[in-house]
Amino acid sequence: MKRPLVVILVAVALALSTAAFAIDPLPFRSTAQRERFQHLTSELRCMVCQDESLLASNADFAKQLRRQIFDMMQQGKSDEQIKDWLVARYSTFILYDPPLAPSTLALWFGTPAILLSGGLVVVVLLRRRTRPAGSIAEDPGDDW
Amino acid sequence: MNEVARKPAARFVPLVVFAALVAFFVVGLVWNQTHDARFVPSPLIDKPAPAFRLPKLDRPTEFVTKADMLGKPYLLNVFASWCFACGDEHPVLMAYRDKFGIPLIGYDYKDAPKDARAWLQRHGDPYHEVVTDQSGDTALDFGVYGAPETYLIDAKGIIRYKHIGPLTPDVIAKELEPKIHALEQEGS
Repeated sequence: MKRPLVVILVAVALALSTAAFAIDPLPFRSTAQRERFQHLTSELRCMVCQDESLLASNADFAKQLRRQIFDMMQQGKSDEQIKDWLVARYSTFILYDPPLAPSTLALWFGTPAILLSGGLVVVVLLRRRTRPAGSIAEDPGDDW
Repeated sequence: MNEVARKPAARFVPLVVFAALVAFFVVGLVWNQTHDARFVPSPLIDKPAPAFRLPKLDRPTEFVTKADMLGKPYLLNVFASWCFACGDEHPVLMAYRDKFGIPLIGYDYKDAPKDARAWLQRHGDPYHEVVTDQSGDTALDFGVYGAPETYLIDAKGIIRYKHIGPLTPDVIAKELEPKIHALEQEGS
């Protein structure tokens, strides 16, 4: 009876291990460079697999772009230059962080705006509710 | 209770807010059903096609460059023998190759030339010329991220239209052919 459990555990462990990182043997110059690479590629969308970053994806497309990004880093390109290069080819869709642009205004400010207006409604309601009790003497004519 | 009684309209505020939320969700759902997020509009449209120099599939020592192709519009169809959707698209290309009125160039993407040759031999060759990009490096400049993809490039080497995914008779009639006709009008 124990065997199915072991099989399931092994399967889960295997699934987790492949999902963790797609590793290419890229010859980084330093730990700092590797960390920069991992940070940058984790912010980029793998276009063919959508819900994975370039860092995590095992797709051929992601491997090739990782290699390309690595090469550009070796050439001394900054993160911004690399992102511009990618956006010129694949549009801003490749960035997980959407840039602030007219088309993304709702995305950036929509939630705070809704939250603020909700807060305002609460404040107005609370004021209305407390005022009659405290101000009956001041303006008795406003009771209805 | 007084307040509500005083302003009957206020009673409907929650309902209106709820209806607005439902409307948002419905629009979102319908949008997702009808728009495949993978098919991102290419930022390269109306920009010059990247320079390329790629070997021909049947004569690997001869190359096709962007400069060679200037002067007349053409279609560049990215395919590969390993690409399933290209198999779906293939009969459409066979049927339309002579109806486009402009050359159809095959772009064999990250593929072994012998596999591509075998694939074309088995299914038929719809292309007027086939170039190969085994490393996929040139494809990076074209913003290729899957196959099949089809580019319409004009006589000046500008990318005028791109379709991601298999061409279908519907897409050809509604999108591609009007674009080709517009180019012909410009040219004359």
